[in-house]
Amino acid sequence: MYKNSLIPFITIVIKEVCRFMRIWVQTILPPAISMALYFVIFGSLIGPRIGTMNGFDYIDYIAPGIIMMSIINNAYGNVVSSFFGAKFQRHIEEMLVAPIPNFVILAGYVTGGVVRGFLVGAVVAIVALFFTDLKLHSLSIMIVVVFMTSIVFSLAGLINAIFAEKFDDISIIPTFVLTPLIYLGGVFYSINLLPAFWQTVSAFNPILYVVNAFRYGMLGESDINITHAFIMLLVFSIVLFGISLQLLNKGVGIKS
Amino acid sequence: MSALVIKNLKKTYRNKLTALKGINLHINQGDFFALLGPNGAGKSTAIGIICGLVNKTSGTIEVFGHDIDTATNVAKSCIGIVPQEINFSQFETCLSIVLNQGGYYGIHRKVAMQRAEKYLVKLGLWDKRHEYSRDLSGGMKRRLMIARALIHEPKMLILDEPTAGVDVELRRSTWRFLIDINQQGTTIVLTTHYLEEAESLCKNIAIIDKGEIVKDTSMKQLLSNLNKETFIFDLIEPIKTLPELTGFKAKLIDFSTIEIEIKRENNINALFKILSSHGINVCSMRNKSNRLEELFLNLLDNNSKTD
Ligand SMILES: Nc1ncnc2c1ncn2[C@@H]1O[C@H](COP(=O)(O)OP(=O)(O)OP(=O)(O)O)[C@@H](O)[C@H]1O
Ligand SMILES: [Mg+2]
Repeated sequence: MYKNSLIPFITIVIKEVCRFMRIWVQTILPPAISMALYFVIFGSLIGPRIGTMNGFDYIDYIAPGIIMMSIINNAYGNVVSSFFGAKFQRHIEEMLVAPIPNFVILAGYVTGGVVRGFLVGAVVAIVALFFTDLKLHSLSIMIVVVFMTSIVFSLAGLINAIFAEKFDDISIIPTFVLTPLIYLGGVFYSINLLPAFWQTVSAFNPILYVVNAFRYGMLGESDINITHAFIMLLVFSIVLFGISLQLLNKGVGIKS
Repeated sequence: MSALVIKNLKKTYRNKLTALKGINLHINQGDFFALLGPNGAGKSTAIGIICGLVNKTSGTIEVFGHDIDTATNVAKSCIGIVPQEINFSQFETCLSIVLNQGGYYGIHRKVAMQRAEKYLVKLGLWDKRHEYSRDLSGGMKRRLMIARALIHEPKMLILDEPTAGVDVELRRSTWRFLIDINQQGTTIVLTTHYLEEAESLCKNIAIIDKGEIVKDTSMKQLLSNLNKETFIFDLIEPIKTLPELTGFKAKLIDFSTIEIEIKRENNINALFKILSSHGINVCSMRNKSNRLEELFLNLLDNNSKTD
């Protein structure tokens, strides 16, 4: 077990972390910059005109969503580009010829995404501190939300990479699916503002649960029942894990 | 003990192309085995299936008695693979490529480090260990792939054209290296287009063409099949017609060139006597083609006739 699972796992994780640290200008810096821009524009310039949202200053209301937005994008982006890169340069073969169980490969890549998620989350939170005082309602809830969110979106990124055949394919989903979902996931508004129909539609958006659960962790306020949000995150993780493992076992996109 | 047993292995790719039509192979432990065949014969496909990079359509493979379907991971740890195409990350150093591969095989970093040093030194890459793989020359990249394949000290090393694009000197030193690890007990299977390579290295050989094994024999046996060779004779003075050369099959190519087939039992002195008796004087003589190549082409030719 140690020899065939733990050592390969640690190897993959270290390799993944080194990969995004080596290119930190592309991986860690951009979220810090866009975070600062969001705070300047929505927080300082427009925010005061909006007033309060559910009883909080607008800047405080959107801070959790914006932090989660960075975490989602980075967890997803880390795995999709690393795994697709491995396919493209063919060094994924190094893993395929070795006696590594597929769940270890999966766990290794997902852990890479989770580490990136936490790191970016921390960087972005520090940037946020320049603009507002972050509130901490429950640190443990915040940590669990970041953890589960990174897992869900790392898995989604992995599935994207498995199916991707060219570089376009790894930017199409983030642009046309992930970004709209994030903007419609209650980062900037409370879904209570939406008409009933769109509230129902929003319930299918995983990002709604992520943002609200994290907002609960920070502000103690959420559109969604927190238990419900955790259950949804758990369901998403399990389903995506099952799908990814199945795809790897079949060799979809990686074996001819 | 058998190192590799392949039974009725078939592969049809998704594009309906059948790359392997049911091949059988048996390779013994300790063997130095050559798999020879023209471009597109199915060599890389077979190797890809053995080491888990390609899904087979049907058939069975056992590696040191471990079925690749049921004992996949045990089978995999017996094999080291040097693929035909360069497949390491461009953004990593030689040393980290080799060490990470050790990690994938479950080897402790300390042990991996000792072995990496051992093999990188032997393959002349130790000085390059901190360089990015993309900065190596083509020949060095191939040798890095050999070092990487040996990090778990596999019982069988499979090399898909290890010396393609490698200069003569480096090729010879790669050969010496392979002979050395074969003598220490590693079974070696290699594919190549160079017949001389197979001849000077391998004990046994299989020739594959269009997804079928057309010959599976020992190198000695194959060479003993070479019972005739065709020579080309250049003449000093041109002749108009070719006289009867008793006992030899001869052909006039042009007025000053004759092609003669010489069998193993023939006496070449006798041939020269006959030529002199007809007043034919030879100024030079050479092989029509490399003898192994001739044999190889014959085999492939027979194979396409039976299609
Ligand atoms: N991924 C693939 N999809 C479809 N067809 C393939 C694929 N890989 C190989 N083939 C086809 O299978 C046949 C055998 O190819 P293979 O690579 O096994 O040949 P080879 O003997 O290694 O040739 P070479 O000496 O040129 O390396 C070829 O006709 C090739 O076009
Ligand atoms: Mg090939």
